[in-house]
Amino acid sequence: MQPTRIQKLFDRTRKEGRAALIAYVTAGDPSPERTPEIVAALERGGVDLIELGVPFSDPIADGPVIQRAAARALKAGTTVPKVLDMARAIRKTSEIPILLFTYLNPVLRYGLDKLARDAKAAGIDGCLLTDVSVEEAEPYVNAMRAAELDTVFLAAPTSTERRLNQVAQYSTGFVYLVSRTGVTGERADLSGSLVPLLEKMRKVTKLPLAVGFGISTPDQAGAVANLADGVVVGSAIVRQIEDDPNRLEALARSLAERMKK
Amino acid sequence: MTSQPDATGHFGPYGGRFVPEVLMAPLEELEQAYRAASADPSFQAELTDLLTHYAGRPTPLYYARRLSETLGGAKIYLKREDLLHTGAHKINNCLGQALLARRMGKKRIIAETGAGQHGVATASVCALFGLECVVYMGEEDMRRQRLNVFRMRLMGANVVSVTNGSRTLKDAISEAMRDWVTNVHSTHYLLGSALGAHPYPLMVRDFHRVIGDETRVEILKRESRLPDSIFACVGGGSNAIGMFHAFIGDENVKLIGIEAGGRSLQLGEHAARFAGGAPGVLHGAKSYLLQDADGQAALTHSVSAGLDYVLIGPEHAWLHDRGRAEYTSCSDAEALAAAKKLARTEGIIPALESAHAVHEAVRRAPAEPGRLFVVSLSGRGDKDTDIYRENFPELDASGK
Repeated sequence: MQPTRIQKLFDRTRKEGRAALIAYVTAGDPSPERTPEIVAALERGGVDLIELGVPFSDPIADGPVIQRAAARALKAGTTVPKVLDMARAIRKTSEIPILLFTYLNPVLRYGLDKLARDAKAAGIDGCLLTDVSVEEAEPYVNAMRAAELDTVFLAAPTSTERRLNQVAQYSTGFVYLVSRTGVTGERADLSGSLVPLLEKMRKVTKLPLAVGFGISTPDQAGAVANLADGVVVGSAIVRQIEDDPNRLEALARSLAERMKK
Repeated sequence: MTSQPDATGHFGPYGGRFVPEVLMAPLEELEQAYRAASADPSFQAELTDLLTHYAGRPTPLYYARRLSETLGGAKIYLKREDLLHTGAHKINNCLGQALLARRMGKKRIIAETGAGQHGVATASVCALFGLECVVYMGEEDMRRQRLNVFRMRLMGANVVSVTNGSRTLKDAISEAMRDWVTNVHSTHYLLGSALGAHPYPLMVRDFHRVIGDETRVEILKRESRLPDSIFACVGGGSNAIGMFHAFIGDENVKLIGIEAGGRSLQLGEHAARFAGGAPGVLHGAKSYLLQDADGQAALTHSVSAGLDYVLIGPEHAWLHDRGRAEYTSCSDAEALAAAKKLARTEGIIPALESAHAVHEAVRRAPAEPGRLFVVSLSGRGDKDTDIYRENFPELDASGK
């Protein structure tokens, strides 16, 4: 298996002595047509990896900002095939790694094998399903592997040592550490549970570790960049799209400037 | 077959544990605590004592003579879960889970509610055990079940209005799960139906199994034989699975689940998962889900808030696929007519949910003389008085 764009990215950022800046966007928010230009603005601002969120009707892991984005995207007619179209459009001009980020049901409905094949063909590099635990992951992981897509799993402050081991085993590309218990959204301070989680995870894997949930300001991003291999910013980006997409590049730049260790 | 679910919470291909990683370890912990409690005689003794003296078990198995004679066919018995404290079967599960929460040292309880019956039962046990209680309820359900909202508040619960999506049970569950993901250390999620991630479908079923166990003992005493057909309404499916479970091994006993047929069987107009759904994953479990072509959960409708939900409990999906239980649906209008019929023949006003089960028994009875039917009368109709008033304006003093 060739290294994916995701794996190559972390090799590069490690050499450069910095963390990768990862941005979450809900595909199709505010409309399917706008997503490629939103991604382009983020890339110009220094974002290294895009989590392309497929909107779902019942996003139980998401806070109000991303819930609203999902509702807007669905209202604008976003479907899985349209998200694949968006990925193809992004790929015409960009080699930025793309991680598909969603819940299981839309993927199941589309068909696991078919999605893996079509996603790969559209230029997508990996997938993360928030509601698929390692216990239920086998069919999904097999389908993704067959198409040479990375599978990223979540590790949480509540995860036991046994679970962290399993998460590491099933993950490729990187592991996504949830910095706190809770839904996605901006928080005033970083969680005290982050450092212990990073330490436990380092013991069981050499994969890059990215941290997300609750990181919104350049200061928070800078603090996490000192500890982890990747910094995920979601709700703050989605809120900027909601408020004024023209300032997205500037927001990305203010975060990207803080990725140096 | 009664050993279902398997060790990982699967009923055949259904069930399982599909939740964000944050909740996985807490679910493992809950499962261990539940297994330890079920094997602990002191836990069982305390639960039995509360079921007897607080909730009012055993409930009567009542022979509905006038209803049966009017129909001129099968002999219809009603399992009177509507006579329980708080007005429905929901209290069985709430007492069990509240005892479990206390055992696990959780001081804060959250719950979702559709019709409000589970919310009221949760508020009641929280008051009883001195636990903080937060109930999530869709704005639309709060409007149509406002009496229950008041009852919950009177018992000290904080009822939180959920304003996203369809503003019904589905969205209330999503919001409760978000709360649980956030406050998982301090909080027990007292899920009210045989839904959600393992061990909930197992645990909720076990706490309601008493419905079927009592029915079995009583019908054998009264009729010296088992019933031919058993009817129960199915939203998530807690009263139905509690009733069915004692009879799953008795192949001659027909198990009939009744879903909400709503206004019509077009997607969005009903909550009959077997009539329009396909296997999918929502709120932690795989089962039959009403969804669109792109895997988005559909909107649902039922006059009965307690049946107005997109996913059926996973064990029902398995019973359905194996052909061990059959599932049918009853429209809003049929449920209303059945409620009126029961009120007029027996002086019993059923909950709108239970009226769905009454309808199917009433429909089949004339063609089956000599047969024994049992209907799970899961709740009483007091909470539905406003809806009955709207639908029977000719009976309303302020009406024409």
